[in-house]
Amino acid sequence: MEDGGDGEDGGEQTTTNKQQPANKNQQPTNQQPKMQKDAIRQREQRTGWILITPALLVLALVFAYPIVRAFVLSLFTQNLGTELEPVFSGFTNYVRLFGDGRFWQTFGQTAIFTISSILLELVIGMVFALVLNETFRGRGLARTASLIPWALPTAVMGLAWAWIFNDQYGVVNDLLSRVGFIEDPITWLGDPVRAMIALIFADVWKTTPFIAILLLAGLQSIPQDLYEAHKIDGANPVQSFWSITLPLLTPQMLIALLFRFAQAFGIFDLIQVMTGGGPAGRTEMISNYIYATVRRYLDFGYGAALVVVTFLILIAAVAITAFLLSKTRINVTGER
Amino acid sequence: MTTLQLENLRKQFAPDVIPVKDISLSVEDGEFLTLLGPSGCGKSTLLRLIAGLEQPTAGAVKIGGNVLNDIAPGDRNMAMVFQSYALYPHMNVSENISTSLRLKNVPQEEIKRRIANVSEKLGLGHLLNRKPSALSGGQRQRVALARALVRDPEVFLLDEPLSNLDALLREQVRQELKELFKSQNKPVVYVTHDQTEAMTLSSKVAVLLDGIIQQLDPPRRIYTHPANKFVAGFVGSPQMNLLTLNCNQNKAILGDYGFPLPQKGQSAKMIDMGLRPEDIHIATPEDELTVEGHVFLEENFGREVLLSVKVKGSDQTLRALIPPDDEWDNENIKLGWSHRQMHWFDAQSGERIEAADSPVLAS
Amino acid sequence: MAVAQQPQEQQTQSKIPTKRIILWLGVISLLVFCLAPALWQLLTSFKTNDAIATIPTIYFPNLSELTFNHYITLGWNFLRYVFNSALVSVISTVICLGVGAPAAYTLARLNIPGKQIILSCVLVVSLFPYVLLFLGLLELVKYFGLGNNYISLIIPYTAINLPLTILVLRSFFLQLPKDLEDSAKIDGYRTVPMLLQIVLPLTLPALVTTGMLAFIFAWNEFIFALTFITKDEMLTIPVKVAQIGGASVYEIPYGPIAAATVLGTIPLILLVLFFQRRIVQGITAGAVKG
Ligand SMILES: Nc1ncnc2c1ncn2[C@@H]1O[C@H](COP(=O)(O)OP(=O)(O)OP(=O)(O)O)[C@@H](O)[C@H]1O
Ligand SMILES: [Mg+2]
Repeated sequence: MEDGGDGEDGGEQTTTNKQQPANKNQQPTNQQPKMQKDAIRQREQRTGWILITPALLVLALVFAYPIVRAFVLSLFTQNLGTELEPVFSGFTNYVRLFGDGRFWQTFGQTAIFTISSILLELVIGMVFALVLNETFRGRGLARTASLIPWALPTAVMGLAWAWIFNDQYGVVNDLLSRVGFIEDPITWLGDPVRAMIALIFADVWKTTPFIAILLLAGLQSIPQDLYEAHKIDGANPVQSFWSITLPLLTPQMLIALLFRFAQAFGIFDLIQVMTGGGPAGRTEMISNYIYATVRRYLDFGYGAALVVVTFLILIAAVAITAFLLSKTRINVTGER
Repeated sequence: MTTLQLENLRKQFAPDVIPVKDISLSVEDGEFLTLLGPSGCGKSTLLRLIAGLEQPTAGAVKIGGNVLNDIAPGDRNMAMVFQSYALYPHMNVSENISTSLRLKNVPQEEIKRRIANVSEKLGLGHLLNRKPSALSGGQRQRVALARALVRDPEVFLLDEPLSNLDALLREQVRQELKELFKSQNKPVVYVTHDQTEAMTLSSKVAVLLDGIIQQLDPPRRIYTHPANKFVAGFVGSPQMNLLTLNCNQNKAILGDYGFPLPQKGQSAKMIDMGLRPEDIHIATPEDELTVEGHVFLEENFGREVLLSVKVKGSDQTLRALIPPDDEWDNENIKLGWSHRQMHWFDAQSGERIEAADSPVLAS
Repeated sequence: MAVAQQPQEQQTQSKIPTKRIILWLGVISLLVFCLAPALWQLLTSFKTNDAIATIPTIYFPNLSELTFNHYITLGWNFLRYVFNSALVSVISTVICLGVGAPAAYTLARLNIPGKQIILSCVLVVSLFPYVLLFLGLLELVKYFGLGNNYISLIIPYTAINLPLTILVLRSFFLQLPKDLEDSAKIDGYRTVPMLLQIVLPLTLPALVTTGMLAFIFAWNEFIFALTFITKDEMLTIPVKVAQIGGASVYEIPYGPIAAATVLGTIPLILLVLFFQRRIVQGITAGAVKG
């Protein structure tokens, strides 16, 4: 075609991919532009770094430094025994930690608290999400109401809960006796098991809205026609829930669980205010133990070791969840 | 006198995403170059490379011989109209139009004069204080144009500026665009996948596929001399008949018929024949080439009827566009056309095989 | 099958109310569950001490059992703590937005090496319980002599809200049409002016959303405020209220505590009432899209 076409149309140039190889020998002239291109990209990168550096500095100062510092400090003994001077002691703190009954007790209590509250929250949150996903009059109001527990400070509401679970005047005891479940007022926060129940209840109250909101967003993203198709296939709503809603909500549930796990595992203020870890340390959580170690016993080295161990447990949990999430093919970083 | 030149431009996003492979071309003052191609062929990417919104992996963009690669988009003095118009929603029309001037510290008086000038030209005078959200699609499109014109740029870049308008408006604006840019006398690069726009507006059309220019020619020539099978099939509606035929004794065989091969293709065993439906008519005694066949599908377009005809002795189909009042017997029809309306393409490479005896188009 | 379906269809009419009833039961339980504890606190704050200590509990007090006394007991002094909380929360929120928005823009649009790593770090960091941080921060606070200084709260509050701010804003920036920024570049904007004059004005709603989340989290923070501030007149609401509650183990002043709870949470309640939709949007953008 080359000679036929070009020969005849004189001035007109007809470019086709056949001509490309001929241009290859111009490659050397491209070298200079290539260098310059890097200049533009570098300018963008420089701007990018300038914009992000303040944030990175603040994050490094408040998040990275304390963690790194805890790793270092955990290798030292720094307590009243050393007159608060750090003395290098290798893994002493970790050895002590393994034999520390109080640590294992708080660890177990934290685990019980975390698991029970996030499971309950998941179930109740799912119910709330299903309710809020329906159309009914006053739905906006219901959504607003469901945000209230989330927005109120835990430390403050912890007092409200202590009041509600009060032995003498508490509204829980009053209601239970009116219904006839109990004759005499029972001790709530003074009894190890019931205190734990009260704490879990208060935590569930506080954080269920968060889960409900996440699950609601998930529900809203499920196309309605999936349900219609399933209905035409002869499924009832309960079957649809098990075979459509739950599987499609898995990513949201995992994300919610991850966030909630981290928060529940580090629960501090609720316990501090409601029970103070009592009775007899039976509702003390890891956070409270760490806080007491540092603030009351002034045992900084050991406190640091506790921080390190808690940190590692958390990281492991995050890694596992991230792995599960990647299996459900939703990228946590938002690149969908 | 400005010339926009692209030299061996290449853009690679990822090892297997190379929307622009190797493109060289130049556009002179007053030339209107259209980049035409199917979706995803790299038209927008090429335009963005010219504008400096993307940096080329290799190659250079030049204006008047100066390499622009290192110059930020805002300093290239090019204006670009986006498919979405990209008007700033929080600024009113006159702020939208004048942003680039203000950023260049053009004196206030001058800005006012230019806004008045361009808004009169485009009939935007009464809209200057409105926000884009209070404008119709056509008005937004004009604001986007005004924003480009007011800068008095060295090059105009337009990325499917008409595709968000309804069909009627599009036709009208197309006409206006043509006159507008003729008066500007600057290089214009215009992206579209609408061949009507490409044909009516441009002085040159570059047909793109897979990041490579398939053909760069005036619109008329793209239609009459498609450089390869892809261009032949892509330009023209309804699509050109493209039949792969076996060859025998210097003839391409279609059912019971044989057509003489062009000189350059005489050694071929197989060849692709192209024939535009609008070049086929019901055979008259003078026709050099005729085939008989039977009509199995008839689509009425009002002005014309598109017939799908199975050629006698073959199961290949020819589609013919004929006037609706032409008549034929039952389902049997005899079609005719002339030699010079046939296109030949190499069966392997898809390249055009020029028939030596075919007269070169005069226009 | 056909036989079985017929009665079902007839039932449909009676079935709809069943579904509605279940729904309304759900709605009512939800409202009671979410509101009752807060309302109970509100009611307690207005009951006289006698009414509070009456058994069986009074749910619908008459006028003589109501009083403003608990609020009066708290006195104007209490506004001091509201002010402290507001000051620290507002300043840290503003800084957080100022530092977080540019970072979020970089992570959304600019190409810097290691972007994905930074993003993952930001995400992981948002999961850290604060108790892991207070030990290291306490040392820093002591070292720089920042105890009983609002800075010792403002910087940590800025930081603890940064991950969420960055993730939420980034997801909003990503939703912005890219053409707009390209158009701005061609008009001659440099990155920073473009961020200030084009991108931020258009994402103002997102800034408000994020700001509210940050404000609420800062207002509610407990452990840093408990650790770094000891001077009474500088305490923030959560710590002060907890302190009133812990003043005496046996004679807990329930009325004033309830009143303090109410006063200390009014700003939060107002935010929720007026910006419910935005807050929900922020929470989901931070967790699901982030
Ligand atoms: N920033 C980018 N990163 C990765 N790939 C990209 C990017 N921009 C474009 N591409 C890819 O390059 C190819 C060409 O895109 P381009 O937008 O140039 O097509 P187009 O010809 O303009 O198509 P359309 O007619 O649909 O607008 C597409 O496959 C697209 O996915
Ligand atoms: Mg495009």
